[in-house]
Amino acid sequence: MTWLDQLTPALLVAGVMTASVVLYALTGGADFGGGVWDLLATGPRRKAQQRAIERAIAPVWEANHVWLIIAVVLLFVCFPKAYAAIGTALHIPVTAMLVGVILRGTAFTFRAYDTGEGASERAKGWTRVFAITSTVTPVMLGVIAGAVAAGGLTLDAEGRATTDFISAWWAPFPFVIGALTLALFAQLAAVYLALAHDGQELAEDFRLRALLAGGLVFILAWVAWMAAETGAPQLKARLLAGHGAWVVHGIAGGAGLLGFVTLWRRRYGWARAAVMLQTTAILLGQAWGQHPFVLPPNLTITAAAAPDSVLVPVLWALLAGSVVLVPAYWALYRVFRTAGRQAGD
Amino acid sequence: MTDLLAARSQMAMSLGFHILFAVAGMAMPLLMVIAQWRWLRHGDKAALELAKRWSKGTAILFAVGAVSGTALSFELGLLWPEFMRHAGPIIGMPFSLEGFAFFLEAIFLGLFLYGWDRLKPWVHWLAGLGVWLMGMASGAFVVCANAWMNTPAGFDLQAGEVIAVRPWEAMLNPAAFSEVLHMLIAALESVGFAVAAIHAWALLKNRNSRLHRMALAISLTVGGTAAVIQPFSGHIAGDHVAHVQPIKLAAMKGHFHTARDAAFHIGGYPDVERAEMRGSLEIPYLLSILAFMDPHAEVKGLTAFPRDEWPPVPVVYYAFQIMIGIGSLLAGLALLVAWLAWRRRALPTDPWLLKTLVVCGPLGLVALEAGWTVTEVGRQPWVVRGFLKTADAVTPMPGLWMPLLVFTGLYLVLGVVSVSLLKRHVFASTLPGVDQEVRDDVA
Ligand code: HDD
Ligand code: HEM
Ligand code: HEM
Repeated sequence: MTWLDQLTPALLVAGVMTASVVLYALTGGADFGGGVWDLLATGPRRKAQQRAIERAIAPVWEANHVWLIIAVVLLFVCFPKAYAAIGTALHIPVTAMLVGVILRGTAFTFRAYDTGEGASERAKGWTRVFAITSTVTPVMLGVIAGAVAAGGLTLDAEGRATTDFISAWWAPFPFVIGALTLALFAQLAAVYLALAHDGQELAEDFRLRALLAGGLVFILAWVAWMAAETGAPQLKARLLAGHGAWVVHGIAGGAGLLGFVTLWRRRYGWARAAVMLQTTAILLGQAWGQHPFVLPPNLTITAAAAPDSVLVPVLWALLAGSVVLVPAYWALYRVFRTAGRQAGD
Repeated sequence: MTDLLAARSQMAMSLGFHILFAVAGMAMPLLMVIAQWRWLRHGDKAALELAKRWSKGTAILFAVGAVSGTALSFELGLLWPEFMRHAGPIIGMPFSLEGFAFFLEAIFLGLFLYGWDRLKPWVHWLAGLGVWLMGMASGAFVVCANAWMNTPAGFDLQAGEVIAVRPWEAMLNPAAFSEVLHMLIAALESVGFAVAAIHAWALLKNRNSRLHRMALAISLTVGGTAAVIQPFSGHIAGDHVAHVQPIKLAAMKGHFHTARDAAFHIGGYPDVERAEMRGSLEIPYLLSILAFMDPHAEVKGLTAFPRDEWPPVPVVYYAFQIMIGIGSLLAGLALLVAWLAWRRRALPTDPWLLKTLVVCGPLGLVALEAGWTVTEVGRQPWVVRGFLKTADAVTPMPGLWMPLLVFTGLYLVLGVVSVSLLKRHVFASTLPGVDQEVRDDVA
């Protein structure tokens, strides 16, 4: 059992972090995607679309958002060198992302809880802010992930980032990944919304949007692949090597195709599964491509990790916490999923 | 402005902003569940209405707290990468547990806010209770992390590298108990009085409102109880500081020269150049008594320590004065209200009292900020006392005045909007018609 021997606490934590990033994309990502469709709401059912989006996001977005916090906390607790280097070299995109996170969450809430004279006027302003920041923030998340994957974050002998604060992220590849992230989130949201309104006219609107976003994902994935040639050669080489890599490609591509077919045939339950699988495969592909580095090209998971005396108790805490967390999270979704179905418009 | 100063200002501004919303997340859910309990037990419609209104306010405040907290968890790395590189793993345990507490808090809050007619009433109430407990737990965990910066523990150093981390020992460091206790009470006190002020104001407009009377009774009970306990927990904190962080104590008290029979100063101003207090009111022996329970105990003065390890003395001194001034005032006010209520067997709503409550509304929050200033500025020049200087922890990123400006502008806007939203909710609820509906329902 050679691979089991290699399963160090550091790798386990890296696995948990990857899982929370995937979960963040599947849940919080879709909340961002909802904001994108809010911005692009058109046609005779424009108002209904926006209401459906609001209703889908409202009860869950704050909980979904915590997946990101968990990932960041694990990063600074367990891979402090990587966290410090990202905070230094990617200061500018991280700040831009934070501004987006702050404005989007607050604009959404302010709109929902505004009352009194002029509330509907102000609501238009909040909707604007919410929708625009829902679009910009995923791009920034993608830029950060793309910059890390591209291998532009290098450290000096003492473990400090060596950087001019710009060149690690100001390049085509990270921005292509940013666009891809946005398209993926938008596709997820459209598919979830189509499913929630299955059998209604509204579902047709979201079906069309899901198909469009899916097409964009395909194109952007292809562009990213091309851009990786010069933008992230090490990642690309990893993604061409070995069976594991091809399994991931196969799953991502297959799931993407399945998504198209099932959307076309209005089998939204299947479409949702397919798109979720596709997103997961893409993210796992990136994780796989980066492994064994947290920060390619030279900071490995092992070298970046905190001592085992930190990692092992944290892993136990994660396990213990999950025992409470998982059922609670599941209950939240159950309560509000049935609600969405009943709401009926 | 140097980059270091910009980074310190941004950190102070972000934390000072976040804490205002964080305390709301820690205390509002308690008020909410008390009101809801009254509805569930006595079928009192006004209580239900009150619980719903409070939960709307909480929703607004919670969202701002959540996003500003998210910003903080990145800002630690954006501004203090060297600090996080060394300290991140050591204080990882409270932060990881805090992550779970946040998660559960957000889940329960979603269930509570949107589950009014989807959950069974008692399940719904339990969700509200969960929000409160997890809010308090989040606060406790993050304060443990802060306490570690004051009294680092639970690790060994070897050639500048951290080895052999003992996470539980780090989390339960010497300052943790007194800081957590004092902070949790501070949250209930400051929010309790702020909420009481809002409802006192509404009662001045509309004296007979059952809803606002009940709101005042609940918030004053919570805030007032906390206010009476707070000086004791403050004393525990002071006792800890006296034994473990003597420079901070000296700065807090404007105590420049080591002495037995040390006096306690009120007002005046600490002249750092000449190393003496000027124009202050001196209460003999009191400092020795407060610090060591003995009028003749020796209390170390600032001059006993190297000059470059002094924190900015006037800031710490005045912040401490403000905190204890307000603490004494609110404790006194709480006792007065309790005495009046006991004598009359009813909630006192004399106009002078309501006006006093309105004026005192923001004071708890002021004390909260002042107390944090004592703790954080009093720790300077260290970010991790005795191990890492703030100046060595800062990011090499140039031009930090820019993000400082961006975040300050952003938080100003958010602050103004949150306040005006809450104001609109309160105004809407003081319109006579609204209360009439509740009364009609009750009748
Ligand atoms: C409602 C707010 C409030 C009120 C009325 C008080 N405090 Fe306080 N105090 C805080 C809110 C606060 C705080 C903001 O929560 C701090 C900052 C860090 C902490 O743990 O609590 C704090 C810190 C703090 C510290 C420093 C602890 C440290 O640095 O480790 C001391 C010694 C006291 N307090 C003492 C008192 C005393 C003797 C009070 C008497 C009335 C008092 N406080 C009232
Ligand atoms: C004494 C200081 C602090 C206290 C008492 C405190 C408490 C809280 C509470 C009760 C919440 C729940 C949300 C709300 O009520 O609005 C919250 C949110 C949050 N805080 Fe703080 N906090 C403090 C400082 C910090 C610091 C230093 C960080 C960063 C490292 C931080 C990170 C966060 C995060 C990430 C959230 C969002 C969680 C969510 O989405 O629900 N907090 N804080
Ligand atoms: C929410 C309540 C808090 C407030 C109002 C607060 C206030 C402040 C202030 C005023 C400073 C600047 C001190 C100076 O440079 O002169 C500061 C610095 C800092 N605080 Fe806090 N603080 C709070 C809680 C926390 C917590 C819970 C943590 C960490 C876990 C924390 C971590 C830091 C760090 C890393 C710095 C920068 C380094 C330094 O200046 O020492 N703070 N804070």
